[in-house]
Amino acid sequence: MENRKSELIEEIKKNAKEISYPLIAIIISFIAGGFLIYAFGKSPMVAYKSLIQGSLGDWNKFGETLVVVTPLILTGLSVAFAYKCGLFNIGAEGQFIIGSISAVWAGWAFNGLPPVLHVFLTLAVGAAAGGIWAGIVGWLKAKVGSHEVINSIMMNYIALNVSNYLTMTFLNEEAKAFTHEIAQSAKLWRFAEAFAQFKYSRLNIGIFIALAAALIAYYILNKTVRGYEIRAVGYNPHASEYGGISIAKNIVLTMVISGMFSGLAGAIQIAGVQYRANNLFGFTGYGFDGISVALVGNNHPIGIVLSGLLFGILQKGGSNMQLNGIPKEVVGIIQGIIILFVAANFVRIVFDKIKENRHLKQKTIREGK
Amino acid sequence: MLKRVLVLLLVLTLVFAGFTGCAPQPAPTEPTPQPTPTEPTKPVLSFGMVTDVGGLGDQSFNDSAWAGLQKAGTELSVEPKVLQSTKQDEYVPNLGSLAGTVDLSVAVGFLFEDAMKTAADQYGDKKFGAIDISTDLAKANVMQVNFKEHEGSFLVGVIAGMTTKSNVVGFVGGMDFPLIQRFQVGFEAGVASVNPKAKVLVNYTGAFDNPDKGKEVALTQFQQKADVIFHASGACGIGVIQAADEKGFWAIGVDQDQAAVSKNNKVLCSMIKRVDVGTYTIAKAYADNTFKGGVVELGLKEEGVGYSDGGNNLTPELKEAAEKYKTAIIEGKVVVPVTIDDMKAFKPVEIK
Repeated sequence: MENRKSELIEEIKKNAKEISYPLIAIIISFIAGGFLIYAFGKSPMVAYKSLIQGSLGDWNKFGETLVVVTPLILTGLSVAFAYKCGLFNIGAEGQFIIGSISAVWAGWAFNGLPPVLHVFLTLAVGAAAGGIWAGIVGWLKAKVGSHEVINSIMMNYIALNVSNYLTMTFLNEEAKAFTHEIAQSAKLWRFAEAFAQFKYSRLNIGIFIALAAALIAYYILNKTVRGYEIRAVGYNPHASEYGGISIAKNIVLTMVISGMFSGLAGAIQIAGVQYRANNLFGFTGYGFDGISVALVGNNHPIGIVLSGLLFGILQKGGSNMQLNGIPKEVVGIIQGIIILFVAANFVRIVFDKIKENRHLKQKTIREGK
Repeated sequence: MLKRVLVLLLVLTLVFAGFTGCAPQPAPTEPTPQPTPTEPTKPVLSFGMVTDVGGLGDQSFNDSAWAGLQKAGTELSVEPKVLQSTKQDEYVPNLGSLAGTVDLSVAVGFLFEDAMKTAADQYGDKKFGAIDISTDLAKANVMQVNFKEHEGSFLVGVIAGMTTKSNVVGFVGGMDFPLIQRFQVGFEAGVASVNPKAKVLVNYTGAFDNPDKGKEVALTQFQQKADVIFHASGACGIGVIQAADEKGFWAIGVDQDQAAVSKNNKVLCSMIKRVDVGTYTIAKAYADNTFKGGVVELGLKEEGVGYSDGGNNLTPELKEAAEKYKTAIIEGKVVVPVTIDDMKAFKPVEIK
């Protein structure tokens, strides 16, 4: 019991340290962003105030922020999960789109099912479609060794065009550039139905599904044999193969699971937020943002939930900044700086340097004596 | 090393403290001029627009809509606000955010239909302007402006009918639905009015975003002897104009003046849709207290549609004819058909 407790404290300490580095990087990024806003001739105070007000100002805004956060967490998990196996899934975007359009189909075609079953089916179809989409990339990597980065980028374009084709033909709403609306029974429950505070936000239980997905990802990776194998392949494929772990099998499986997270994100976006898919002019950006979310979240499920929240606040609050005359690009710049600082591991390097210096100094003092 | 880092941090803090010290200064200066414009009788006007994902700088609807609001803003000395969307699913919250800040929120494009409905319900006391939403939303606080595209298309039809030498002209549409059919029948009626012998080839690309497809269709029409081709197909039209550049036939642009798209100046003229007039009309109605919910259609009379000659390709003769028909339409002597059924019943009227 005592042992368990100290173990837990140790774990928390370790995690706190892990979190502190990106946290400091984020604070520095905001300060740097402040300089930039100042350089544009605007007040950083006004900018950041409107950022917070626009994203957390009232319940509806908070709800809308969580609407943005939901897919970001899921695509972030998707990228991170693949990363644990040493794979770089740039295809989260395509898996998201395929998940969306498949969810539209399931939500529209199976009209008449009982609500709970229909919602479940819609999400499952979306997740499965994303899984298959990513699985193709994984299979190609495992079988012929073609690089997953190239293939998943290509698959993004295929997904975009397939989705647009289906939107304009098979699923098309007469005379419109979007699809049919999904059936009432396929829609996710919205907070607006029970809480007056969220009346004008599209917040739905998708956010809980995303949080559950984060727990599931954590569980699979850290508490199961399969997760151990996946991580082993990620650390050192040759050593794990020597140890009897199949590289090919784990690569395909990882990609499928990774794709399922993105596909689920797309399905939730349909079943909970949009109820239909539009003819896309370009990528939605959720998949690409997922890469940043995973990076800032240090590829850790809990970190991803937090960094998803951060990116959601930035994106939602960013539109409010525009209303106060701050160019919309500023938010992108701050995001970029955050990623730059986190990715370069700038804070850790500086801290380690300081520590090393102190150590050296002490050593010289001791030796001098 | 430690010392250097410390010094760096110190400098940073000093600089940062320096600008945080002066940063809030704009805030206190803002309230000071406020007392001056308070003539208590005049209500404080405020309006703005939400762009679609194209954003400002698209040289198309967004820019045009913004120009209209800016014009109204200068006249009324109000600074209009703009909120640019980065994702399609942002339309609902963005329109809501804007409506929370200003009295009149304008949005352009039929993709805003759902967003408009939600925001109009949420902010029942605020006013909204919608451009190009063809469905009547039937909301008392939403003023919808649509355009009589058929009237503008009629005029370019007149120009095409007089220009063609082969007596074959072409129409390339984006998607085959009522809105685009208006362009088609207006054009057909215009051609028939001045050149009854001419044949109008009609094809639809099935898309608005595929220049290759537009080019393909235009080349097919060219092979069938078409020498003037009018397109109403969004970005597919870029392909139509490319084909015109390559093969040397005339293309007719749509929505905006498209002369600049052509390398060899093969855009004869363009059927223009004055989105700026639309947003200006809404802002003006709001300022004059004549704002009313419902659908308003802008045609030739209101200068909501028209033709433009950015490439200087229209002869005085063509312009004269187009102007004659324009007057005739405004005076009601010519009734331009709107639907394909109207077109079947259309009898060309010769205007001397």
